Amino acid sequence: MFLHRAFYTTILFSFSVFCFAQNKLDSTLMLKEVLVVATHYREVIPSQKLSGETLKSLNSFSVADAIRYFSGVQIKDYGGIGGLKTVDMRSMGTNHMGIFYDGIQLGNAQNGQIDLGKFSLDNIEEISLYNGQKSEIFQSAKDFSASGTVYLRSRKPRFTDTQQDHLKTSLKGGSFDLLNPSVLWEHKISNKLSTSFNAEYIYSSGRYKFRYKRVLQDGKTAYDTTAIRQNGDIHALRAEAGIYGIIDKGFWNTKLYFYDSERGIPGAIVNNVWKRSQRQWDRNIFLQSSWQKSITKNYDLMVNVKYANDFMRYLNPDTTLLHIDNSFWQQEVYASVANKYSILKNWDIDLSGDFQWNTLNSDMAGFIRPTRLTTLIAAASAISWTHFKIQGSLLATLVNERVDRGNTTATDTVSSAPNKRELSPAVFLSYKPFINIPLSFRAFYKHIFRMPTFNDLYYTDIGNISLKPEYTHQYNLGFYYSKEYKGWIKSWQAQADAYYNQVTDKIVAVPKGNGMYRWMMMNLGTVEIKGIDVSTSSLIALSKNLFANVKLSYTYQKAQDFTKRKSEELQKITYGGQIPYIPWHNGSAIIGLMYKDWRLNYSFIYVGERYHNSANIPENYEQPWYTHDMSVAKTFSYKKWNGKISLEINNLLSQDYEVVLNYPMPKRNYKLAVSFEI
Amino acid sequence: MKRINKHTYIGTGLSLLFILLMNSCREDIVIDTPVSTQVDSTQTKTDYSGFYLLNEGNMGSNKSTLDYYNYSTGIYTKNIYASVNPTVTKELGDVGNDLQIYGSKLYAVINCSNKVEVMDAKTAKRIGQIDIPNCRYIRFSGGYAYITSYAGPVEINPNYTQKGYVAKVDTATLQIVNTCIVGYQPDELEIIGGKIYVANSGGYMGASTTSGYERTVSVIDLNTFTEEKRIDVDYNLHRIRADKRGDLWVTSRGDYKTLPSRLYFLDRAKQQVTDTVKIPVSEFCIVGDSLYAYSVSWSYITYTNEISYAIVNTKTHKVVSNNFITDGTDKQIEIPYGIMVNPNTKDIYVADAGDYVSPGLLYCFDKNGKKKWSVQTGDIPAHFALLPKKE
Repeated sequence: MFLHRAFYTTILFSFSVFCFAQNKLDSTLMLKEVLVVATHYREVIPSQKLSGETLKSLNSFSVADAIRYFSGVQIKDYGGIGGLKTVDMRSMGTNHMGIFYDGIQLGNAQNGQIDLGKFSLDNIEEISLYNGQKSEIFQSAKDFSASGTVYLRSRKPRFTDTQQDHLKTSLKGGSFDLLNPSVLWEHKISNKLSTSFNAEYIYSSGRYKFRYKRVLQDGKTAYDTTAIRQNGDIHALRAEAGIYGIIDKGFWNTKLYFYDSERGIPGAIVNNVWKRSQRQWDRNIFLQSSWQKSITKNYDLMVNVKYANDFMRYLNPDTTLLHIDNSFWQQEVYASVANKYSILKNWDIDLSGDFQWNTLNSDMAGFIRPTRLTTLIAAASAISWTHFKIQGSLLATLVNERVDRGNTTATDTVSSAPNKRELSPAVFLSYKPFINIPLSFRAFYKHIFRMPTFNDLYYTDIGNISLKPEYTHQYNLGFYYSKEYKGWIKSWQAQADAYYNQVTDKIVAVPKGNGMYRWMMMNLGTVEIKGIDVSTSSLIALSKNLFANVKLSYTYQKAQDFTKRKSEELQKITYGGQIPYIPWHNGSAIIGLMYKDWRLNYSFIYVGERYHNSANIPENYEQPWYTHDMSVAKTFSYKKWNGKISLEINNLLSQDYEVVLNYPMPKRNYKLAVSFEI
Repeated sequence: MKRINKHTYIGTGLSLLFILLMNSCREDIVIDTPVSTQVDSTQTKTDYSGFYLLNEGNMGSNKSTLDYYNYSTGIYTKNIYASVNPTVTKELGDVGNDLQIYGSKLYAVINCSNKVEVMDAKTAKRIGQIDIPNCRYIRFSGGYAYITSYAGPVEINPNYTQKGYVAKVDTATLQIVNTCIVGYQPDELEIIGGKIYVANSGGYMGASTTSGYERTVSVIDLNTFTEEKRIDVDYNLHRIRADKRGDLWVTSRGDYKTLPSRLYFLDRAKQQVTDTVKIPVSEFCIVGDSLYAYSVSWSYITYTNEISYAIVNTKTHKVVSNNFITDGTDKQIEIPYGIMVNPNTKDIYVADAGDYVSPGLLYCFDKNGKKKWSVQTGDIPAHFALLPKKE
């Protein structure tokens, strides 16, 4: 314990000393690819962003690993490269997040969960996170439809002036027997047309050492067991092909995405069970296109279309348990049109209409085959007036549900959930009181919902067709300050928000009838979240060639379960308790040092004490955990080739921790990566 | 320059904040300490020193825990296993499914840990374990423990099926000495008159069609340890217990759709079901001629759990009480999940499993159904074992 504290203090102090020692430094070299909280002229409230070199040097393998550095975000990580990783924004629950890949939402009508562990950072250039919604109005209706959104932007082809082809190949390897080759080929057909092909393969045995240690009251060891995580292997292939075109006052692109994987599900470590044998296969394919053009000086048009086809198979071959071998097929068709018209120079209106069709099929016994038609219409307006920017939007959602008998028996009653109509408003406001001071205040209110998933409504036995949507109400107040300097501090940004969120009609599983493992989904829960998000970042020139890039973020959350219960005595135990896995305090720090072609990165994640249940009693207490990660990278050139080599060490102090109860995380681990491009 | 310094201070301030945060450090995790509560100020006069309560814990949580109530002190102690046996890695285990005392030993069947934990009955000190995959219930006879398990041989012909078995275990050596294949997914068993009666459920088989469930009791001869016949009862059997005349009471779970749970009387002399009590029963406890039962069944009309408490006279087979909780406390119970009646005092103990993921409650009612006390338990309190004074 002392060691890591000493270590951490040293890092901070040495950094502070640098700060004080250097006071007049000048450089023409401005590193643009810095982690900043960037402003977009259209956005009322800017997002949190990770991009460029900062994103690359984060030791993060998947998008989920990187998102941990944003404030207000919690990740549920079941451990390992193949382990499930889901995101929860401001404690509203993972189903309230919308994840967008190159502008179009990734869907999962079956369970509403997007496993961000599946998205490797190999070709991701930017991750942005918005609370409420992206506060620019020219967007599809879907962009208005979640409580919070994460945008993943993949690499678009880029060429030097003389270049026709750009090639890049990389190889990563390291702990857990990781082997991860990838290749990228970008080809310029003409100045207005280019193509891109990118593929990667991931293999990992998922084997890592973990340790469970408990002590007695007097500190003597009670037990201390180290074992190797089993059945966490993954084989995955991802391939993407894209065409990018530029047209007069506009652009278009089409992308084909393919992902195929087989993985073991390592499962919970419980007494006498150290190995599991469940397997999962996934195959995701989607084809999506975007087209955008300024039709007239005042009128912009955007069209998005998508078709997705997803397959998932779950196998439980364990002969001591119920044998399960179920396959699920999902399809989605999506089309969206967004129109923006500028009434005045400072007054825009938008009308967007989306149409989405989802279906789910399975070979599971008793399976009801649902189909959902969703129509979304959004009307939005944005006005900037003196010191104010204001944006309002209204989203109408119409959901039509159909089912067919699927694999049910003749005696089963099969009916679809009633159709739903919802109106969801959102208002975003920003106020910049002084012309000369780069400080702005902002506020937003949003009321939105998430639909019950197909599993919530129809899953054999637990599904409940009478479920209502689960609602969120968000109130946010904050400020943003950003300044660039000529001195040794090149830039400095800070933002802070205080918020109050309410989740009502939360869909929870409640015990049903007699016997274990029998549940029913019900709209029973109520959660209230009061929180503060703070983040700051800065770029500092420590000398002519030495730059430091610092980002700190901190989140405080009081997320209380106000679910009413039948039993007053039981309600006393859980009412007002902090909801599962939400720490009161968490934070992160990233410090990157750049010296010529060297780059050293240190990142730190802290997740404070929390409980794994709303009953905040000692048995449910979870200790804080924190990891220190370091990486060193060097770029070099050989003839026409540019290369990069990097070494990463994760969980430097080899802390034994769990993010989710009984899912141990890896101890210290390493990664080595080499890449070449031309 | 001045302004920059200010910012530096802010930066340093934030750094300090981080250092402060770091003070909330991770420390070695201490074994759970038991929580004792004085629930009754008067000593209970009974032939028992106390009773154990096994909390199942939700699947995958590894939170099966053991509580103990002491009749002479009136103190209820929650979560004793870990502190009595601190060296056992990952404690008692995942999903406790049955708890029994035989001779000087306490046996806890831990379903998802694939083992029967064997402890000293007086101290709960671990003696050893019997590894049986997917083990369900345990009963004893003549120095042997008989344990049902779902995990028998797999057959693929053409569909995947897997029968269950009863394991015979020497209680002195804790070794499995024999196994006997029975029906699909056997649950409770009862041993009487030289026979083992096993309630087959077919729980894995009937999920899609009701006819997939088992509907028989297997009869095993104790001497030959072979299944000698099947007695037809109803779909999806669960409990089976003998009354004081040696006849058997069997419950069915129903199909969770239209077929309700029921209580059946199996006449042991005739070796067949001769009566049906038309009440749903989730769990029961027989003391004297009274069969105390409760039931929880889901209603698709009200979308709530319908809960009932009843007493059946085992001699007349009549329902003599439609609610043994007489003071209105039943309206506070979320999910009754375990029941035990003290044979001497007739005090009724009802466990409330609440929402299955957070602590439950144990209620004690006097013989007239008035609440005496209640206390917080572990997650999903379910199975009781009375500890006799003289052993």
